[in-house]
Amino acid sequence: MAISKEQVEHVANLARLSFNDQELNQFTDQLSEITDMFNQLQVVDTKNVTPMNYVGDLDNVLRADNPAPADPKERQALLDNAPDTQDGFIKVPAIFNKGEDDGE
Amino acid sequence: MNFFDNDLTTIHHQLVTKELTSYDLTQQTLAALKETDQQIGAFLTLNEEQALAAAKAVDEEGIDPDNLLAGIPIAIKDNIMTKGLRTTAASKILANFTPVYDATVMKKIYANDMIVIGKTNMDEFAMGGSTENSAFKITKNPWDTTKVPGGSSGGSAAAVAAGMVPFALGSDTGGSIRQPASFTGVVGMKPTYGRISRWGLIAFGSSLDQIGPFARNIKDNAALLNILVGKDEHDGTSVDGYPADFTANLTAGVKGMRIGLPKEYLGAGVQKEVKQAILAAADKYRELGATVDEVSLPHSKYGVAAYYIISSSEASSNLQRFDGIRYGVRSKDARNLNDVYVRSRTEGFGPEVKRRIMLGMYSLSAGYYDAYFKKATQVRTLMQQDFTNIFKDHDLILGPVAPTTAYGIGEDSDDPLTMYAGDVLSVPVNMAGLPGLSLPAGFASGLPIGMQLIGKPFAEATLYQAGYAFEQATDFHQQTPTLGGK
Repeated sequence: MAISKEQVEHVANLARLSFNDQELNQFTDQLSEITDMFNQLQVVDTKNVTPMNYVGDLDNVLRADNPAPADPKERQALLDNAPDTQDGFIKVPAIFNKGEDDGE
Repeated sequence: MNFFDNDLTTIHHQLVTKELTSYDLTQQTLAALKETDQQIGAFLTLNEEQALAAAKAVDEEGIDPDNLLAGIPIAIKDNIMTKGLRTTAASKILANFTPVYDATVMKKIYANDMIVIGKTNMDEFAMGGSTENSAFKITKNPWDTTKVPGGSSGGSAAAVAAGMVPFALGSDTGGSIRQPASFTGVVGMKPTYGRISRWGLIAFGSSLDQIGPFARNIKDNAALLNILVGKDEHDGTSVDGYPADFTANLTAGVKGMRIGLPKEYLGAGVQKEVKQAILAAADKYRELGATVDEVSLPHSKYGVAAYYIISSSEASSNLQRFDGIRYGVRSKDARNLNDVYVRSRTEGFGPEVKRRIMLGMYSLSAGYYDAYFKKATQVRTLMQQDFTNIFKDHDLILGPVAPTTAYGIGEDSDDPLTMYAGDVLSVPVNMAGLPGLSLPAGFASGLPIGMQLIGKPFAEATLYQAGYAFEQATDFHQQTPTLGGK
């Protein structure tokens, strides 16, 4: 089951990645080869086999959602890691270009 | 200072009697390391100033005579959060990232007065088996600098193998501690899933990831694991209530132990010398009083396919957090919010990470979920059952860690399928959540061969016990690579 270039573009969009044409061709070939390898699993009889999503017996861990005071030094250290800040906030570019959706 | 000629018990004694200070030890370690690492490239960041300050504080406080680890240097894989010390996961997207908190394992390291020397190179986000996927540098195998050190914890393994540090931490999602330990001739433990808190480990495949120790021998490795384990309120998958003294039974021997040798682990694709070394190890165990017989892991041949679906799917979700907003590198060309995501990720991630994200997204996407992701999780159940069946009448499983010894730098790096196939003997352990120990078992053309001991859940002590018996009966672990003027 070969993967088409359009499928790769679709998945890239879901993954928030972009590729130029050459990369797209390379990824299409590689992903096709790798998913061919994945297809080995189709011969395994998994009828009535329970999926294993994690190891061991796990229970949900719940806790009260209590607000705690922020340590100003920690707050500053967090902000220091942000690419762009202003007045103690993380700054991002406009979501829309001058009030209009740019189509993405 | 190198850690070939200076055994840890001797150093500890010197520290206790103040014949040597931790400050001097740290200084000597850093000086020797800087020279050796020019040939190896194991470290991404050195923690020089902080390490010396910490050592000084430990000296002033006095070395705990009962703690072999106090005042001793350790290297940390660069996907483990170290407060105030740059942590990149060897990715451009985190090139400028400094954690604001310590991973739980780091708190334990500091509480035991260990001295953090620096952060080690790795495959970007722990994706790879050669450390060639680092965005920053190539790490070389101390035994032959034209060969890879394995991966993804290649920097940690190489740092210990080259005698730069006696200890290192790594992480193992599909073999990333055991395989580099095997390629560099050191001891690496991937503990049972849940043994060690993953809080502060940059997540790759959350149902598979475990942190674990590297050391030059079994006893030291076990001593380090002793301080790392335990339940942590920050990691809901961490557990308590299992035996957690890994050094107590080291000398108990293997008399009467029942060891299984899976026929699939010695089949086609396994290098002749590797197979011979494992068969010789089996004979050694028989000689020491254990029984060794052939067993089967019939679903292990599907392990690579199932593992790459599950780990990539989990990674594609985990790596969505790298979006150029709150931390990490933001693309300079981003004009709007979607641009920030797409361009930052496209510029920040390397090719292998992108490949895994794409594979994971695809396996989870509408129309393919049942055929790929769900199918892989069902095969995972069958893989776990294979192990459960063997452990009904065996104490542990013996096999190679990897099909080959270390390969050449650049040899396989352009061919993902060949790289993935090299994980065939290590991924089943992660899929089943079991402990796996890698230890030196021989040499082929001057390169180390590693053997793997796989145990029941939480039976790390049994693995160390069997590993120690083998180590005492052989001298592979005493050999050291020839580096520089040595």
